[in-house]
Amino acid sequence: MIADRLQRIGHSTISTVAGFGRAGLMLFGALLGKPDFRKGFPLLVKQLYVIGVLSLLIILVSGLFIGMVLALQGYNVLVKFGAEGMLGPLVSLSLLRELGPVVTALLFAGRAGSALTAEIGLMKATEQLSSMEMMAVDPLRRIIAPRFWAGVICMPLLALIFNAVGILGGHLVGVEWLGVDAGSYWSAMQANVDLYQDVMNGVIKSLVFALVVIWIALHKGYDAVPTSEGISRATTETVVTASLAVLGFDFILTAVMFGG
Amino acid sequence: MLSEILIDIQGLSFSRGDRPIYRAMNMQVQRGKVTAIMGPSGIGKTTLLKLIGGQLKPDSGKILFEGRDIPRLSRSELYQARKKMSMLFQSGALFTEMTVFDNVAFPLREHTKLPESLIRRIVLMKLEAVGLRGARDLMPAELSGGMARRAALARAIALDPELIMYDEPFAGQDPISMGVIVRLIRELNNALGLTSVVVSHDVTEVMSIADYVYVVADKTVIGEGTPEQLRNDPSPLVQQFLRGEADGPVPFHFKAAAYQDELMELTR
Ligand SMILES: Nc1ncnc2c1ncn2[C@@H]1O[C@H](COP(=O)(O)OP(=O)(O)O)[C@@H](O)[C@H]1O
Ligand SMILES: [Mg+2]
Repeated sequence: MIADRLQRIGHSTISTVAGFGRAGLMLFGALLGKPDFRKGFPLLVKQLYVIGVLSLLIILVSGLFIGMVLALQGYNVLVKFGAEGMLGPLVSLSLLRELGPVVTALLFAGRAGSALTAEIGLMKATEQLSSMEMMAVDPLRRIIAPRFWAGVICMPLLALIFNAVGILGGHLVGVEWLGVDAGSYWSAMQANVDLYQDVMNGVIKSLVFALVVIWIALHKGYDAVPTSEGISRATTETVVTASLAVLGFDFILTAVMFGG
Repeated sequence: MLSEILIDIQGLSFSRGDRPIYRAMNMQVQRGKVTAIMGPSGIGKTTLLKLIGGQLKPDSGKILFEGRDIPRLSRSELYQARKKMSMLFQSGALFTEMTVFDNVAFPLREHTKLPESLIRRIVLMKLEAVGLRGARDLMPAELSGGMARRAALARAIALDPELIMYDEPFAGQDPISMGVIVRLIRELNNALGLTSVVVSHDVTEVMSIADYVYVVADKTVIGEGTPEQLRNDPSPLVQQFLRGEADGPVPFHFKAAAYQDELMELTR
């Protein structure tokens, strides 16, 4: 009984560690060696489009609505203390420090991460990766690396766009609709937001989330069982694992950045 | 002087996990000939091609390609060797996001510094050889199964390899495209001076184009020879495979308890 359970724990521990090892090797193989800019740059641009530009719409819409909801909820509380002038800082700080990076990463995992896993899993299942290897072209360099860099570049930018749109959404609801003074919305925001403490820390957060999400998405695709069920399972796993990892890292980073 | 033997496999053993796929197998592929490897599905034919291509490493034994042991090559030597071989995968494995033209041009653009005008000329020549020059602007999804395989064939010969390995080239083809592919394999082999390895379980087609045939079963070679020699092979295993009989030395039934015993168990 107990031996059985111990064995199961041991087995899952070993396979988890082995999974980390394979994921590490994959990234290592993709990023090691001198990059070939002549061939790599067009591939990167294409992925920037696929991963970044195509995620733009969902980021814009979500950012707008989150900003509007924040303003609405925040106003209802602040107005009780006659502090509706602080709506600007409330909206902007919530977005910059937390919601921008986190929600962007979650949306990114759902939109781009799942698509990447499915794409690479499918390339594996249809032997495209194998045949590339047989043509003496390394699929890690050719397929994995440009997607990795594109994700790492895109996500912080998407998070910044999310923040900007969210702040505008807050303005829309707070100022245009609920009648908070426009001057105080913006000037209180200016006075309370610190470039390093708030903006940069948010960017660092989303950079970390980008690494985590894109790494998980690429690894799950590359490691997928090359069948239809295998790919669908890998896609689900990407969204679940990446989302949980983002929330976990968010707590750790928040504790380090704002805890003291 | 070029050696007559392009691939020499000596004492090859390979297992997937605990399951042995090959045990001490020997096989030779003559330069300029069409060598066929036949055997039932799941016996490890695709695995063998991947071993030759260096995608998998054997547990023991040698796989000599032009006298060099593939599993022992360094990464860059292996990549050098792979430029001389190409493999036609079962599904064709065309890159789905590129046109037929770009698929065929892919190895040229990766491995040569040829100007685009010359690449264009080579690609059209290769596509003409497989009869798909008119389909150059189509995407792989728009091709029929037979056309996809021919397009993949054009890509496989783009760099003028020494060796081309076909994985189940006849599987799932209608009779017409089957005939086309049979003819193409033979013609390319003769016209380009290629060495061809054809892996298949389609007995008639293979026997019609191969110069030399290996029959693989039970983790090793059970019969070999020219098609003529094989037809007269006394081994019952070889005969069962060639005639496609359901039962024989290779049993039809998967290993199980005696049927009667299981029925008795149910009634109990
Ligand atoms: N990636 C893999 N991992 C584990 N087992 C595999 C893998 N690929 C193939 N096999 C197993 O190895 C055996 C040989 O497979 P394969 O070479 O594809 O056979 P064939 O091409 O002769 O049909 C099969 O039983 C298959 O289940
Ligand atoms: Mg096979």
